[in-house]
Amino acid sequence: MYISNAWPGFWRVAVFTLVLLVGLGIAQSVLAQADADREAATAVVGVTPDTWRQVRSGETGANFRDSRADSNYNLVNASGERWRQLRNRWVSPFGLIAIGGMIVVIALFYLVIGRKDLSEPRTGRKLLRWPLVVRAIHWTVASLFIVLALTGLNLLYGKFVFRSLFGDGFWAAMMSGTKLIHNYLGPLFGILLIVLLARVLKHNWPKKHDLAWFKKGGGMVGKTHVDAGFANGGEKVWFWLLATAGIVVIASGFVLDFPNYGQGRDTMQWANLIHAVGALGLTAVALGHIYIGTIGTEGALEGMTTGYVDETWARDHHNLWYEEVKDEAIPEEQLAAGGKPSGGGEEPTPRSG
Amino acid sequence: MATMKFMCDAERCIECNGCVTACKNANDVEWGIQRRRVVTLDDGEPTEVSISVACMHCDDAPCIAVCPTETLYQRDDGIVLHDKDLCIGCGYCLYACPFGAPQFPQQNAFGERGKMDKCTFCAGGPAETKEEEYQKYGANRIDEGKLPLCAEMCSTKALLAGDAQTIADIFRQRVVQRGHPDGAWSGNPRADTDNLAYDATRQG
Repeated sequence: MYISNAWPGFWRVAVFTLVLLVGLGIAQSVLAQADADREAATAVVGVTPDTWRQVRSGETGANFRDSRADSNYNLVNASGERWRQLRNRWVSPFGLIAIGGMIVVIALFYLVIGRKDLSEPRTGRKLLRWPLVVRAIHWTVASLFIVLALTGLNLLYGKFVFRSLFGDGFWAAMMSGTKLIHNYLGPLFGILLIVLLARVLKHNWPKKHDLAWFKKGGGMVGKTHVDAGFANGGEKVWFWLLATAGIVVIASGFVLDFPNYGQGRDTMQWANLIHAVGALGLTAVALGHIYIGTIGTEGALEGMTTGYVDETWARDHHNLWYEEVKDEAIPEEQLAAGGKPSGGGEEPTPRSG
Repeated sequence: MATMKFMCDAERCIECNGCVTACKNANDVEWGIQRRRVVTLDDGEPTEVSISVACMHCDDAPCIAVCPTETLYQRDDGIVLHDKDLCIGCGYCLYACPFGAPQFPQQNAFGERGKMDKCTFCAGGPAETKEEEYQKYGANRIDEGKLPLCAEMCSTKALLAGDAQTIADIFRQRVVQRGHPDGAWSGNPRADTDNLAYDATRQG
């Protein structure tokens, strides 16, 4: 630096003053740091308990940043613990109670009251009840339902049983298979169930005589006779359960099955709870449906396997429908011989629902 | 038995993401997965604060409670590990985790999740050999008597890892002496020359 010789005194004074000022400034900041109270008083606002309360509630402000690529998470997932408690303390035990309770009730019903037999011997004349296409869809949906129910139950309860039973190697394969089956057959079930519901909707519109049917408990106990059309009150309840709860289970299943549409954790937590509650409930009711359709009622299963039911069965369980279609009854021998009944293969006329 | 814990001192974190990088490097973490993240609140405002988050190795870990396959488990020293052979990618641990720790590589059709990956406290995971362990879970520094690399490399010592009691003691001393000239390094011969405890958020 060039300093003019003409004014040496001025520069000396200027430099001295500068050094003095800087020195005083440093001394002041050192003093300030030594006094903790004074420092706290002059400090920036910084982090307050309110900040952390906000974080705990899961809120994120406009200036929230996350260094993780394409992250849509907040700092603390506030609803995770609620989901855990609802799932583990409510859905899980009560699902077991619902399904286990249903099994016990059915077993007791079967032991105490027993099968619902036909009131008279079979006439040997058959009525077409379920055409081939409905039977095919029904059994596909039924098989898928059973597979999905078993895999779903395994996802919820399997770890309490199978890991210690089979060992880790088998357990790992079993669980990854379970998840694959559940996730890939689920959508297929969803689509086919909707097709089936659409196909049998016309039989299931509620009618006045359904009320009387419920008042008499569907005639499940004793010899009481109750009026019913093509579908009775119980069948209609099962239909509408599937058409409501079933659709909800399918919809929530899709939310869980395709996480690639950017749905958040909170959405999937609720989808999971709704899916589990709906599916466990439907599984419990399905046990009743399976019981009544197989060992619970004499002559019922053949309607869904062969498509034809006996006249006596139709009179017992669906008298209003029987009155409409009794003229179309054909003898067993003719069916066995492969003879086509008049109007065979067509949908039975659902004149009285 | 010690109980291992992470603690991030938000007053010190400067959002340098050194922990994120250290973790990825130490554990050779899969592309697209970032076991540790740095969250900044009120970015650009006077109240800005940053904190480094990964698996916090909870005592009553929600992920363990909801996992359908018992992939997740806790060691005696509190470290929560995962067994990749058991994971089916259902995502439940992610729904339950308070800290967004579990991540899933999306490698299959329909967004189906791959096997979960999360912070192991640099303690590896179940495997037959050392090589397999490294390939699946990354480093097992705990086995070598070292602490997690993220905390070891933290430039401001904001991120602490180790026995819960030791961490708590360090933090308690910091809180008491926050803003003190020797910033909780009293008694340390290097306190005057190497003041790592300088609190940048406090201005006198």
